[in-house]
Amino acid sequence: MELICINCPNGCRLKIQKEGDDFKVEGNLCPRGRTYAINELTHPLRTLTTTIRISNGIHAVLPVISDGQLPKDKIKEAIKVLADVEIKAPVSYGDVVYHDILGLGVDIIASRDMESLKKN
Amino acid sequence: MKEYDLIVIGAGAAGMSAALGAYEKGLRKILIIDRDEEYGGILQQCIHNGFGLHTFNKELSGPSFATECYRQIKDNPCIEFAYNTVVIATSANHEVKIQSKKGYETIRGKAIAICAGSKERSAGAISLKGARTQGVYTAGCAQKYANIKGFMVGKKVFILGSGDIGLIMARRMTLEGAKVIGVAEICPYSNGLARNVKQCLEDFDIPLYLSHTVVSVHGVPRLKSITLAEVDEKRQVIKGSEREIECDCLLLSVGLLPDVGLLDEMGAKLDRFSKGPVVNDQYQTSIPGYFACGNALHVHDLVDYVAMEAKKCGENIADYVLNHNERPLSIKTKASRGIGYVVPHYLAEGRDVEISFRVSNIYHDVSLKLSSGSYEKVIRKSALLPSEMVKLNLKKEDIEKFADELVLEVVE
Repeated sequence: MELICINCPNGCRLKIQKEGDDFKVEGNLCPRGRTYAINELTHPLRTLTTTIRISNGIHAVLPVISDGQLPKDKIKEAIKVLADVEIKAPVSYGDVVYHDILGLGVDIIASRDMESLKKN
Repeated sequence: MKEYDLIVIGAGAAGMSAALGAYEKGLRKILIIDRDEEYGGILQQCIHNGFGLHTFNKELSGPSFATECYRQIKDNPCIEFAYNTVVIATSANHEVKIQSKKGYETIRGKAIAICAGSKERSAGAISLKGARTQGVYTAGCAQKYANIKGFMVGKKVFILGSGDIGLIMARRMTLEGAKVIGVAEICPYSNGLARNVKQCLEDFDIPLYLSHTVVSVHGVPRLKSITLAEVDEKRQVIKGSEREIECDCLLLSVGLLPDVGLLDEMGAKLDRFSKGPVVNDQYQTSIPGYFACGNALHVHDLVDYVAMEAKKCGENIADYVLNHNERPLSIKTKASRGIGYVVPHYLAEGRDVEISFRVSNIYHDVSLKLSSGSYEKVIRKSALLPSEMVKLNLKKEDIEKFADELVLEVVE
């Protein structure tokens, strides 16, 4: 089976074949390609990125990222959960904004600092 | 008049990296100007992951990449930021005219780095036919609305152009609840990275219509539909292939152009294919003391490469300011058969140099040939795509052998 690795812009064209209990992966420039190919066949994973509402921040929304990968088929559900979340500025880069999403053991963290609006 | 060693125009990945490079090589009075209210440039709206593997050895989102760049310089007393500040004009004597809330001011730099990034091609740039209706946005504009301002620009979305921002926005709009009907690409191949076709379209069953374009838009005041049509190999619409598709939003992801406005006004030499300035191996433009790097020089695929190029540019600027190092324009690089452009446009003896280029068509199982005088190098490539920039390192021992022109070509 042929796959395009999504880990980095190299976009390696991977070939994966089942060999007994193991897999044979070719075409990957780095070990991430092998892990990706095997996961893609057994349990596809994706990193989640979205925004959540933030009050009193310099912007209306805060970009967030999952601190680890989620099963691909849980991404939409996770985004729905986050659509109802609102936090308050200030927030620091790396702060956990939502703990253990959908009980999957993955936290959602702030992608950046967001200062609070200065009151004039 | 305030004087600086270096004035950097643009506080994105390129600007911050150029300032860092210049500082590390000895410049002590650096100003970074940006018209936005904060650092980071376009990275702040690129909330997806996939950045930073090469520069910071970890996978980051755009805002995180910007934060990492910023943290390297934010407490540095030699690097000053001026936000909400627009550069009105620059002149050959290194005067930079700026406008901010404080008013109008002229400052001077021993060198100026143009790190203004790129701009999106618009509906006008592709002569999109039909009403000037609401609901037609460039993909990057829609991205800013969604990821910074926090609102969606449409519910039923069609995307013209398979550039990476368009692909990324297809996924983003889908996850935010919009229906993305499809992506049309006039070329017979995708112009975005393969990984984005996979994770942004295929993951969500969004169709990619290759060799298709949007011929017109309909609906006033709000977009109601578009006409999609197939094109032949000369990119001419195939009569009878037109069909109408209902949508309330059309996103354009039809290419980026280096923002060379300031350089152009000064009469800088530009490259017709890259649309960026012509530079030597210091990334100095044809206007002495003006340097360019990042997407303002040529559009990159990857912010990591922007940051690396800009850091090198900053180091070169320090060398130029402190040691008055002027590099001769002894060897011209020439984009020949199959090659779109090569950066830098001039090389000279005495140092290693990295060249970047793009092919102008899709190639499989071909060779890249570099030749100059008695020097010849042939590199086998399994695939060369216009959407993927190629970088090569040239050793100074090899450059010694070059004649006055280095020719790059694709050999089938």
